[in-house]
Amino acid sequence: MPFIPHTPEDVSAMLGAIGAASIEELFDEIPPALKTGQLKGVPDGMSEMAVARLMQERASQDGFWSGFIGAGVYEHHIPAAIWQIVTRGEFYSAYTPYQAEASQGTLQLIYEYQSMMTRLTGLDVSNASLYDGASALAEAVLMAVRSHKTSRRVLVPKTVHPIYRSVARTTVKNQNIELVELDYDPATGKTVLPANAGSFAGLVIPQPSFFGVLEDVHAMTDWAHEQGALAIALVNPTTLAVLEAPGQWGQTGADIAVGEGQPLGAPMASGGPYFGFMCCRQAFVRQMPGRIVGRTVDLDGKPGFALTLQAREQHIRRSKATSNICTNQGLVVTAATQYMALLGPQGLAKVASASHAGTVLLAEKLAAIPGVTRAFASPFFHEVVLKLNDSAKDVLRALRAQGILGGLDISGWYPELGQAILVCVTETKTAADLDHYVQQMERILSKRREAPPCAYKTTPSI
Amino acid sequence: MLIFDHSRPGRTAAAQFPAAGGSLDDLPAELRRKGAPALPEVSELDVVRHYTRLSQKNFSIDTQFYPLGSCTMKYNPRACNSLAMLPQFLARHPASPDETGQGFLATMFELQEMLKDVTGMAGVSMAPMAGAHGEFAGVAMIRAYHDAHGDTARREIIVPDAAHGTNPATATMCGYTVKEIPTDASGSVDLAALRAAVGPHTAGLMLTNPSTLGVFEKTIADIQKIVHDAGGLLYYDGANLNAILGKVRPGDMGFDVIHVNLHKTFSTPHGGGGPGAGPVGVAGRLLPFMPIPLVLNENGFYRLANEADLPQSIGRMSANMGNAGVLMRAYIYARMLGGEGMHRVAEYATLNANYLMARLREAGFDLAFPERRASHEFIVTLKKLKDATGVSAMDFAKRLLDYGYHAPTTYFPMLVPECLLIEPTETESRETIDGFVEAMIAIKREAETSPDLVKGAPYSLPVRRLDDVRAARELDLACKPAA
Repeated sequence: MPFIPHTPEDVSAMLGAIGAASIEELFDEIPPALKTGQLKGVPDGMSEMAVARLMQERASQDGFWSGFIGAGVYEHHIPAAIWQIVTRGEFYSAYTPYQAEASQGTLQLIYEYQSMMTRLTGLDVSNASLYDGASALAEAVLMAVRSHKTSRRVLVPKTVHPIYRSVARTTVKNQNIELVELDYDPATGKTVLPANAGSFAGLVIPQPSFFGVLEDVHAMTDWAHEQGALAIALVNPTTLAVLEAPGQWGQTGADIAVGEGQPLGAPMASGGPYFGFMCCRQAFVRQMPGRIVGRTVDLDGKPGFALTLQAREQHIRRSKATSNICTNQGLVVTAATQYMALLGPQGLAKVASASHAGTVLLAEKLAAIPGVTRAFASPFFHEVVLKLNDSAKDVLRALRAQGILGGLDISGWYPELGQAILVCVTETKTAADLDHYVQQMERILSKRREAPPCAYKTTPSI
Repeated sequence: MLIFDHSRPGRTAAAQFPAAGGSLDDLPAELRRKGAPALPEVSELDVVRHYTRLSQKNFSIDTQFYPLGSCTMKYNPRACNSLAMLPQFLARHPASPDETGQGFLATMFELQEMLKDVTGMAGVSMAPMAGAHGEFAGVAMIRAYHDAHGDTARREIIVPDAAHGTNPATATMCGYTVKEIPTDASGSVDLAALRAAVGPHTAGLMLTNPSTLGVFEKTIADIQKIVHDAGGLLYYDGANLNAILGKVRPGDMGFDVIHVNLHKTFSTPHGGGGPGAGPVGVAGRLLPFMPIPLVLNENGFYRLANEADLPQSIGRMSANMGNAGVLMRAYIYARMLGGEGMHRVAEYATLNANYLMARLREAGFDLAFPERRASHEFIVTLKKLKDATGVSAMDFAKRLLDYGYHAPTTYFPMLVPECLLIEPTETESRETIDGFVEAMIAIKREAETSPDLVKGAPYSLPVRRLDDVRAARELDLACKPAA
């Protein structure tokens, strides 16, 4: 029996000790009418060998691609050591560290993670992580509203990832909180601060934005503070090796920093598991959701680590908890902690600058092709919005036929941009990869110019 | 020693660096960082050795028996990990077109279908990333359903007093007030109290069955009728699904919405606190409100459903599709078990729990509900021992660590004094359980003869008992760089 060690002798001896005639008798408190017969939707069991064959076939079916999609999830090199250690049974199969004495490995690791995140963001404290970047943003919105005495409005620029905005809406909509969208300047792609915003609890400041564009974070932070609101930084951890830390934004720094932790050693893996990070100033620590680890001492005065500030949490506070969350993304944080240690300040800066330089180079080469233009005349980090004078969907499909995932079609989310794609380059791309992309783009666009697809065949823009 | 203590200026793990960096001169100076972040500067061996040593300071299923009640700490098959980490699966970007992920999407679709069958629900969405996240989705759907019917006076969620803390916390996040109802002497929902609690304000009842007291709610049919007759919906917290997997389906018990903790019942790793996965299943009337995305099968082509497919959806819960890699592991586990294997999970989990309960009873331990069957878990109360010796459930739990066993869940559920909630799971052998019983007997004897020994435990772990009060009062949440 897969994963069940009992021999027939065990079963009869155990039933004897219980005083039951059969295993079925142990279910005698369940009303017979409720009992399930055979499961019809679950196929027969398979051996490990057979499942391995099945999964390998499916993996091969999906194959490998030359990818230039970013949009919040980035292809970075992941050192081999990381996941070998993450999947050691002592990390992989441990529970939430409630029994601190038996969990010092996990607890110390989280403390080190929290330390690294505060150093990266320039803020005082970090929690042990949340589900992902989008849910971390939603929690930051709730935190801003809890911290603000009067307003239940939070300003969210349209330059924030559309799906992040959608997740924030799902999370807060039943709590009488209003999310107000801010427009961007069509020339620069940067957020425009409204002349009269009314009272609000927080302003979300993405850096870089969904467009890859660098926002004027100092001015935005100061503006939020002048209005009596919290400044919520939404940042990419890789870029923080070289971009100003949120704790240093404006006159007094952002109050909360959140973002997607995936770039720090998590594989893209069709969407997860990743983790959301959250750091804040000391003053807001009791408003922070999620697990937090603290350093303390044991009975002998020896240093040790334990979960702390649990009075915020659901298992103590129940309906008055800061959030219902009771997990962190432990294993992925285990990966991220090692990633930050292996890369260090030098390595992370190199990853960031190589990604930036690659994107600049690709954007220049692509924008030199007739029919391709940059959407915004602003500095960008490692993603860029390109406008096409052709169907983005069709061009991306043609690139796909050459093994290239050429970017993300964002025309549906931002119809005002026309046919537009968001393109990302990371340090994993070689000069040959970029050249291949440029050549194929050139060939596809010129071919389509010379022999345009029949009108009835063109895909209407979404 | 922290990783920072290994750091030396200029030391690197250079093999991990890209060959060349690039210029940042085109970026405005005021947006660039003035000084490098004080991350550790260490070698690759430093990192490998440091974190390998840290791992050795953990208890885990792979190294110890872990009878943690309500957590289902069963063996996590290794193949689930290695096959979910095939390189093509890891390399796939979540925003890749569906055409490039038919292998992945087929896997997700089939898992969705299997979960529908084992839960007896009409639809499943795998968007939620943990049990509590699934609870949020479920209660948000209950609210969306009532709102869609103009039934906006329903603003109360009823929760038994033995429920997990996530239940009331979730209800609050969905804008509901919480009404707690008591448990009767046999550990069941107090039907009279439930009847008195329901009414035109009732949005729904959240219930775990078997309950957190380790017993099956025998009157589930009555509970179901009372709530539905009052116009409320019934939420199933899947925390204890391992006890009835393949034996009883929540859908057949009349539940309208359910979440499944894949990190419990489907053996995906707990990972020191996550990542989990909390798919939600719904009855027919809640289908339009399911969170997106979910996977559709259109004549053999698999694609992710979006806002246009489900305009009444409660919306998105993650930037992508939940914890996809966790879902992969659950799928692989489910395929290895098959339909028969699912039945066996509940059967042997229940056999092990009842055997362990019988042995502990025989050894003189008090059961919280001695007249009931154990489900996959049961409660021992040490109240008498505490009164006689001063040794608490916490002391007892800490002493178990010295004996090489992870402690059971302590002080939950809160209504049983000095309780140990014990769940052995189906993957443990009779010998392991017998060894645990011997340790329990030995500690009981220690408590009776030398209580201070037990009160001072543990002695053999990397640290002794930690000062939680100091941790909360003198907050040290991050190691600051030397100025």
